[in-house]
Amino acid sequence: MPEYILEMKGICKSFPGVKALDNVSFKLREGSVHALMGENGAGKSTLMKCLFGVYAMDKGEIWYKGERIKIINPFDALRKGVAMVHQELQPIPERSIAENIFCGRYPTLFPGIVNHAKMNAETASVLRKVGLDYEPTRRLGTLSVSQMQLVEIARAVSVGAKIVIMDEPTSSLTSGEVSKLFEIISQLKAEGVAIIYISHRMDEILRISDEVTIMRDGQYIGTWPAKELTTDLIITRMVGRQLTNLYPEKENTPGETILQVENYTSINPKSFRNITFSLRKGEILGVSGLVGAQRTELMEGLFGLRASVSGFITYKGRKFKCGRPKDAISHGIALLTEDRRQTGIFGVLSVSDNVSVASLNKYQKLKLFIEQKRINELVEENVKKLSIKTPGIKTLIQSLSGGNQQKVIISRWLANDPDIFIMDEPTRGIDVGAKYEIYSIIADLAKQGKSIIFISSEMQELIGVADRIMVMCDGRVTGFAEGGDMNEEYIMELATRFETESEHYA
Amino acid sequence: MPENRKSKVTNFLLNNAVVILLLFASVTVGLLRPAFFSEANAGNLISNTAIRFIIALGVSGCLITKGTDLSAGRSVGLSACLAATFLQRFDYGGKVYPELGDIPILVVFLGVILVAAVFGLINGAVISYLKVPPFIATLGMMTIIYGICLVFTGAQPIGGLRTDYTAIANGTLGRPFLPYLGFFSAICGIIIWVIYNKTSHGKYMYAIGGNESAAEVSGINTSRTKILIYMTAGILYGTAGFLLGAKAGGTSVNIGFGYELEAIAGCTIGGVSTNGGVGRVTGILVGVLVFELLKIAMQFMGVEPSYTYIVQGLVIVLAVAVDMRKYAAKK
Repeated sequence: MPEYILEMKGICKSFPGVKALDNVSFKLREGSVHALMGENGAGKSTLMKCLFGVYAMDKGEIWYKGERIKIINPFDALRKGVAMVHQELQPIPERSIAENIFCGRYPTLFPGIVNHAKMNAETASVLRKVGLDYEPTRRLGTLSVSQMQLVEIARAVSVGAKIVIMDEPTSSLTSGEVSKLFEIISQLKAEGVAIIYISHRMDEILRISDEVTIMRDGQYIGTWPAKELTTDLIITRMVGRQLTNLYPEKENTPGETILQVENYTSINPKSFRNITFSLRKGEILGVSGLVGAQRTELMEGLFGLRASVSGFITYKGRKFKCGRPKDAISHGIALLTEDRRQTGIFGVLSVSDNVSVASLNKYQKLKLFIEQKRINELVEENVKKLSIKTPGIKTLIQSLSGGNQQKVIISRWLANDPDIFIMDEPTRGIDVGAKYEIYSIIADLAKQGKSIIFISSEMQELIGVADRIMVMCDGRVTGFAEGGDMNEEYIMELATRFETESEHYA
Repeated sequence: MPENRKSKVTNFLLNNAVVILLLFASVTVGLLRPAFFSEANAGNLISNTAIRFIIALGVSGCLITKGTDLSAGRSVGLSACLAATFLQRFDYGGKVYPELGDIPILVVFLGVILVAAVFGLINGAVISYLKVPPFIATLGMMTIIYGICLVFTGAQPIGGLRTDYTAIANGTLGRPFLPYLGFFSAICGIIIWVIYNKTSHGKYMYAIGGNESAAEVSGINTSRTKILIYMTAGILYGTAGFLLGAKAGGTSVNIGFGYELEAIAGCTIGGVSTNGGVGRVTGILVGVLVFELLKIAMQFMGVEPSYTYIVQGLVIVLAVAVDMRKYAAKK
């Protein structure tokens, strides 16, 4: 048996205009957890997609158990024992859990006739393995995103893979689910399965991995045992420079109250209720909570995307009622949505169109014709100001990295010069460098007297950036963390204050 | 780097496959049948393309917003029948409304457009507010309009059209290759080009097609935009129907049948993506033109009309397949 179960040697892959992978090597030991780290755009996902057969590599060799192999497509990869849990899930919500798990390899009675009994039985056993207690016939769409992610992991387990690639598996899991996932990982490890783990969360990496490989700009930087690494060391190697400050200086001074929300309750009884909070001019209000705390729903309500049954909102000293996003926007409220792909970017449109779409009526002649020249100036200015890395303003947004897409959408809202900027998970899935840039944008806006509502699941960044943190649990505001109380323990305590014991977070 | 150059050539061929096909077909047919390059044939081609281009422009807005409009053909048909009914010669024996005097052509034109626009408005409202998928909403509308047309005409053909009306379609600006129809069509093309490229309504349309939820969050009134799009489509069908009646010299309930499918085919050949958010007016023109050119070329080559349908079908699928490869290559 060779030392490594998998060796990737000299992998090169180019896309039009970009060298995504330049002579990258990667070695994986049997039964180990190997973290793959790097900023977004460093080439981690590309490398894994080459391994999983999604991309054909231009050059390079893959050795599996001492034999040189070629992987032509994902199906081939699965057959050879390589499974991947994707960064962006691709489930079929209208079909059952079992059908999703066995999609493409249904057990059959006769050729062409699916053996449902066998499929459901096997699904039940593999679901139990990942700690999900659901009927295999249940429709996948009825599960939450994090549960779907666990189903995806169950699927990787069920193919009996020797190598499981997990691309940001915890991005939408609650901390309880994360510990469950780590249990599954150690269980898999014990069975001799090697795991390639991609994540931006340092604490996770240091907790579960045996080895860490770091990539930067499509190049292999090195591999180290996790024991020898610290968060600072990883970041330094990832960005190639010393990051002295994780968060920018706070130079804002909160002024008078600009927004007052009282007893605000959703039309949906399971959603937010009795919400009372205030926001001051030039203040950064952090919003924390577990998945399901209804933070996003509350913000969508304030923005006119969801209906409410009761409550008073006072905005700039006047009673405020907003029925649709258009009203909120015209009153100077902006919402950077949580799901960039679903409700943020227009993938097939250019950077320019993506920036200007919400402020076109400011750039019109005769209330009809758009002034392309002024729009171009606006876009160029924003590209420079937020240092958006793009070949040009006519480039399609879908070809940019996540962090740059996020900055494009921030520019979209800045073009409207909002007084209140609601940012829902603005740093999700983007790299350390870009995160810092977004914090700087937030700090800068607050300094200019804008009010920011900053929702995040990463408590560290909330503590680092916000003036005050509002914590939600199960649709209610359970408290505010201020000054000395702004620490993870207190926030976590507030975030798990459920109303009754039976509802208590498992 | 010969390899690089080779891929550049391949890319060029792929990206312009439809135009190249168009040029190749015309040169070949032109060499074999010199009459193909005559002024008369050019005029014929332009007249045929003109009306279909207007319909395709209407459908394109629906396609770009991930919708479709199956009622296009029947709407064109009803418009043609309406126009013809009110523009019959006063001395024509089979006149539908014998007491009716001569109505100014412009009034009839505006009336026809108004009716078609109302149907478009209903389509848009049903799609936006009742959330009926566009395919189903316009399928229903297609059937309803056909029914209305049957009731209105009593299934009788309408003939004896006024010559000042038919002259709109058959007249030329001096030379056979300059039919009026070409100019009407060009005007529609320019207006739509301006709407798509120079107005915020146009930008909103592409945004909705690109990502409707993101458009909603960006403060775009998606319902109003979509209603406007289906109304504009209706106005274009009305225009096309009005011109078609004049060109045909007489109408019946079957006029315009199947035009919606030709229009969708023309749009997709011209690069309008059914995934939404993508499509250009010039592309639509090329798409419609290649289709008409193909028909005429086959006619010139003496291909039996029945076979031409098979070829047309193949061209639709091939053109879109090549177009898809363009995107697949970027993966």
